[in-house]
Amino acid sequence: MLNIPRDLRDKIVAHARKDHPDEACGVLAGPAGTDRPARFIPMTNAARSPTFYEFDSTEQFRLWQEMDDQDEEPVVIYHSHTATEAYPSRTDIGLAAEPEAHYVLVSTRDEDRTEFRSYRIVDGEVTEEPVTVLE
Amino acid sequence: MAIDVRIPTILRGYTDGAKQVEGTGSTLDELIADLEQRHAGLRARLIDHGGLRRFVNVYLNDEDVRFLAGLETPVKDGDTVTVLPAVAGGAA
Repeated sequence: MLNIPRDLRDKIVAHARKDHPDEACGVLAGPAGTDRPARFIPMTNAARSPTFYEFDSTEQFRLWQEMDDQDEEPVVIYHSHTATEAYPSRTDIGLAAEPEAHYVLVSTRDEDRTEFRSYRIVDGEVTEEPVTVLE
Repeated sequence: MAIDVRIPTILRGYTDGAKQVEGTGSTLDELIADLEQRHAGLRARLIDHGGLRRFVNVYLNDEDVRFLAGLETPVKDGDTVTVLPAVAGGAA
């Protein structure tokens, strides 16, 4: 289950819309061990592609270092699909490397409605989870 | 001569859960071969027939080794080598 403050959810959606038709990506960091997303960090999609995303490796290093220094974890790793559903693809599943993170998928394929869903991806297995938006 | 190596969560199965291990070597390639002696299977998660694996990022201190000399990057006592799986994915 993902509990996410309304403003963080809205920031993710806005980022996805802004970068459409390229995939948008980023992180919500939170205090280690709390499973609570607190801080929004949009990341550069180094692939700049409508069908692929990859964090810039130097940005990723700096962010992971910063989170470690501040005793934070990547609680949410999000990215968008721009023409397909908000469900993890085979590539998403194959590359998911943070078993503790909530993988949020957003789809911007429909101009009027943004799909926002969350998953756990552990050892190649995908489990969708309910999303509760906190006001 | 000891080089500090930071191991990401998904590779800690090779290090008995340790997030930090030590190794020796004059290049990254040698360091990884040294780590393999004590952490069997780790090398194959970092290196394949093409060299450093595509979605594995390795940093020497704070630089991605792909901008240095890749596996031939010289390393020395007191350096920190960090491994981070790339965060990536796609629509298919």
